[in-house]
Amino acid sequence: MESKRERELIIIGAGPAGMTAAVYAARKQLDTLVITKDVGGQALWSSDIQNYLGFTFITGAELVKRFEEHVRSFGVAVEYSSVTKVSSVDDSFEVVTEDNRRFLARALIVSSGKSPRTLNVPGEKEFLGRGVAYCATCDAPLFAGKNVAVVGGGNSGLDAAVQLMRICPHVYIIEVADQLRGDEAIQNTVLRADNVTVLTGTTVKEIRGDSFVRSVVVQDVHTNNIRELDVEGVFVEIGLSPNSDFVKDVVKLNKWREIPVDCGARTGVPGLFAAGDVTDVPQKQIICAAGDGAKAALGAYSYLVRRPVPTDWLKSQ
Amino acid sequence: MPAKNVIVYSTPTCPYCIQVKEYLKSKNIPFTDYNVATDIEARNAMVQKSGQLGVPVIEVDGEIVVGFNRSKLDQLLS
Repeated sequence: MESKRERELIIIGAGPAGMTAAVYAARKQLDTLVITKDVGGQALWSSDIQNYLGFTFITGAELVKRFEEHVRSFGVAVEYSSVTKVSSVDDSFEVVTEDNRRFLARALIVSSGKSPRTLNVPGEKEFLGRGVAYCATCDAPLFAGKNVAVVGGGNSGLDAAVQLMRICPHVYIIEVADQLRGDEAIQNTVLRADNVTVLTGTTVKEIRGDSFVRSVVVQDVHTNNIRELDVEGVFVEIGLSPNSDFVKDVVKLNKWREIPVDCGARTGVPGLFAAGDVTDVPQKQIICAAGDGAKAALGAYSYLVRRPVPTDWLKSQ
Repeated sequence: MPAKNVIVYSTPTCPYCIQVKEYLKSKNIPFTDYNVATDIEARNAMVQKSGQLGVPVIEVDGEIVVGFNRSKLDQLLS
């Protein structure tokens, strides 16, 4: 199935950056399509937001709901699908989705955010949703009464461990570095618990099971000793990686696979803009992503009407 | 046409569960919500039907959708 009509703008992703871009594009009356797997991105996972202006406190889910309502009020078209490939076709961009549909646009904003990093060990994919989990906030309660492992000793790993140690008989924390990396306060909470074992200098080699996870195989990085821990859940909390693979043939990524942008959300490729956590902007904040989304949409508008801001304009001010 | 039987297995803290329920409400589709964080019987039913230990799981007339997959959900609801 193909959709050959060329639009003015496609926005990939509907987190804070993509949704803000959609509102700005709609207000500029650009013919816009948003293509996204889900709505909210990483913002959805925040349980406690106190630094988005206008709200002294709001949950990620509630803020995202308001964003979505705001976008909907402008009637922006949305396709719910994952993007698998972007390529340049003449002066346009072709966007291919997982269900093999093709969309064309003269300008493109990539605001596809980040996803949880994976371990890339045997058993991880096979047991996804069958003991392997990436969202402790979602799935921790399902593991009540079971022994579990958390991979990652940073703040998100320790957060997961704190949720799990209240409901599970035993929690292992597996960290490759020689010490935990999270904030001291949460480290202390975890270290004081008598049902938590911290294994530093340890990597995961394999996740094993039958129809569900039954154990995790770990290795001491110094002694190379292998151990098999009996667990029914493995929570992977080893950070995030940018959702940028589909665009790598069109724009050069940096070594963290982020999309480099300038202060105008431009990528250096004419007509291609990027915003939010998928870019090399170091501040991974909702409000920054939203602002970058606005810049990207305004940049796309300027590009489309062939009225780029003249460089001598700034000098004359 | 009789209304479809829609069941949502969810936990109170899971943002995707909140989104699924909001989505169904916005389409005026009635559904039964089981909190599988506390309802062990429902949790076991969810695991048996979906083969999964992860939320949300949505059941539409016996068909299972794992996660908030809008296009699949729309297909089953139409």
